[in-house]
Amino acid sequence: MSTDVVMPQMGESIAEGTVVRWLRKVGDEIDRDEPLFEISTDKVDAEIPSPAAGILTAIKVHEGETVPINSVVAVIGGADDVATAAPPAEAAPVIPAPTPPAAPPAAPAPPAPNSLAAADPSATAAVERVRSSPLVRRLAREHGVDLSQVTGSGSGGRVTKQDILTHIDRRPAAASSAAGPPPPSVAPAAPIGPPPVVSAEGTAPTFDAGQSSVAVPMTVMRRRIAEHMVASRRTSAHVHSIFEVDFSRVQQLRKAHGARYEQAGTKLTLMPFIAKAVIDALRAMPIVNASVDGDRVVYKRDINLGVAVALESGLIVPVVKQADEKNLLGLSRAIADLAGRARARQLVPADVQDGTFTITNPGGFGAVFGLPIINQPQVAILGVGSLEKRPVVVNDAIAIRSIAYLTLGFDHRLIDGVVADQFMGHVKRGLEQFEESIV
Amino acid sequence: MAEMTYLEAIRQGLAEEMARDERVYAIGEDIGAYGGAFKVTEGLLERFGAERVIGTPISETAIIGAAIGSAYLGMRPVAELQFIDFVACCFNILTNFAAKSRYRWGAGVPMVVRGPCGGGVSGGPFHSANPEAHFLHTPGLKIVEPSTAYDAKGLIKAAIRDDDPVLFLEHKFLYRRVKDEVPDADYVVPIGQAVVRRPGDDVTVVTFGAMTYTALEAAEQLAQRDVEVEVIDLRTLSPLDHETVLQSVAKTNKVVVLHEAQRTGGIGAEIAAAITERGFEHLDAPPVRLASLDTPVPYNPGLEAAFRPGVEQIVAAVGQLVEY
Repeated sequence: MSTDVVMPQMGESIAEGTVVRWLRKVGDEIDRDEPLFEISTDKVDAEIPSPAAGILTAIKVHEGETVPINSVVAVIGGADDVATAAPPAEAAPVIPAPTPPAAPPAAPAPPAPNSLAAADPSATAAVERVRSSPLVRRLAREHGVDLSQVTGSGSGGRVTKQDILTHIDRRPAAASSAAGPPPPSVAPAAPIGPPPVVSAEGTAPTFDAGQSSVAVPMTVMRRRIAEHMVASRRTSAHVHSIFEVDFSRVQQLRKAHGARYEQAGTKLTLMPFIAKAVIDALRAMPIVNASVDGDRVVYKRDINLGVAVALESGLIVPVVKQADEKNLLGLSRAIADLAGRARARQLVPADVQDGTFTITNPGGFGAVFGLPIINQPQVAILGVGSLEKRPVVVNDAIAIRSIAYLTLGFDHRLIDGVVADQFMGHVKRGLEQFEESIV
Repeated sequence: MAEMTYLEAIRQGLAEEMARDERVYAIGEDIGAYGGAFKVTEGLLERFGAERVIGTPISETAIIGAAIGSAYLGMRPVAELQFIDFVACCFNILTNFAAKSRYRWGAGVPMVVRGPCGGGVSGGPFHSANPEAHFLHTPGLKIVEPSTAYDAKGLIKAAIRDDDPVLFLEHKFLYRRVKDEVPDADYVVPIGQAVVRRPGDDVTVVTFGAMTYTALEAAEQLAQRDVEVEVIDLRTLSPLDHETVLQSVAKTNKVVVLHEAQRTGGIGAEIAAAITERGFEHLDAPPVRLASLDTPVPYNPGLEAAFRPGVEQIVAAVGQLVEY
């Protein structure tokens, strides 16, 4: 029995994933759930565990390649398969072996059957059929050249050094990346071809003498974020509503109960309080925990709360599943766990799927408030501004209170201003009059 | 500055070192009154006396053994083997004793073992050997093989001044055929440095010794077909100058490794492996080895010519690489 390893679906809106790195090689023995490869999608960079124990008999998608979800990326064979798979042919197979040689489709194949499964291997086979050399492959990698697009003039149609250099020379000038002086100001920069999975984000670009700009390919994550943000702006009718919330009571509760939480192994931050207030408000107003499907409103039973986590270069939104079933300690732990694993790049696909509402925290970096963009296909997002002590009027007296601005970005297609403000009123009340018994 | 032969350059270098340092002496069969089988040491007996130009019985093991013993006692022997083929008799004492001596107890053996190597003169199976591969595998031994008179003098002087054993291979085909300008001045050619004999952008040919000239002749023919060959003369075979080779391969991306010794297990295999390991991503074609056939060296001149790599084979191999 062999098991196909497929490109997992990392979120409902995701169509493809990129294999960043294979952690094991063909021939390796592997246990079920042992990390097998790393992928990068629009939502998450993750290590994917092996779905079965056995021998890794084939890798069908190379590092850096992007394939549709559910495409077979590798095959795990059982112990039996190795014997039949490894040596190509013992002798001419005159009599058909009693056991079926080519494994029949193992488990019920996920939704993308023949079309994808057939298209994918042939695509990689085409790449392998391009004859080249180590030098040519390095040049292709460095310049982002798809070798199948280069005509080979060497023996047997081999792509030679000269072929690829000529090909690179003929490409639009802007595509030749960092090396060399900039082209004499040509029109707008042409898009850079299929980029290698290399990140230059965060590192200061270096300019050669006389060079006024440097083009660096985006990381996969950066490209996805860019696509998503623009798509969301185009999809939803964004409106923002800003509320001032007094966190003095929350701060008192944190002080009073923080030690107890620490004993339980987690820090009592602001976020679980906000999450709890949001959950209650979502329960009360299901239209905010919904999405739009054509001309239908899709209400979600579960409250799956996304919490945005800023990474060194990028942003990711892991999801606390069925957050409404957790108490404050459970929320606290879940959020800390997800944030920790997000920064360690150890999220699994399920961690970023099925969010129904998102909280983002621009205040963590000093913003008084933010105007966040909705995380599609959700219909609202809460932005948390920085928490500061401010003078406020309480019972006609000026008092010092811990204040933060909360912003709701909502989709006016579904949510009117009144509803949004009722929702925010609910959240504000929940926080300002936080029930101590819950803590 | 005077034009002199490869052989005269070796003699001059040896004499200069003997004059410069009285610990330096020569030892070997017939090297005194007769001046050695090829006359490399001619005139040295008259100039330096029998105590410093010592004739020996026909026993290569005795020659090297005596040389090592004297080196232990502070001398700097230059031992001649009449034909380098017979260095095989000294394999044990060279590899197990001389080469390991510094490592085992800190006693360096500042000895040069020199002798004529190579074919092309119908020397037959016992007088044509190129034994570098046998010794390349031995840490502690240095191996040099000059191709010009200038290098022959500079390298023999460097070898004599080296504090560890050096195998000095003199290509007998070059002894009197090669003549070039050699300074009278005291100079050395450092051990461990290759040199580019002819620059070119298309294919690198890595070689040494007499094959350097074969490669240059092939390069000349190929230039008429607009193929520019870069010829590297290694000069030192151990330690190998990988940097010079890799720099060239990074430029040309294609390489032929050429040597006169037999192909299997030859120094070409080592060089090709190093290029593949360290320069893989510079290669636009597999490294090609050109060497002699895996047989003893034939005596018959026609057979010997067919046995050794020649201009024709180099032109063909380079041509195939260009087309690859």
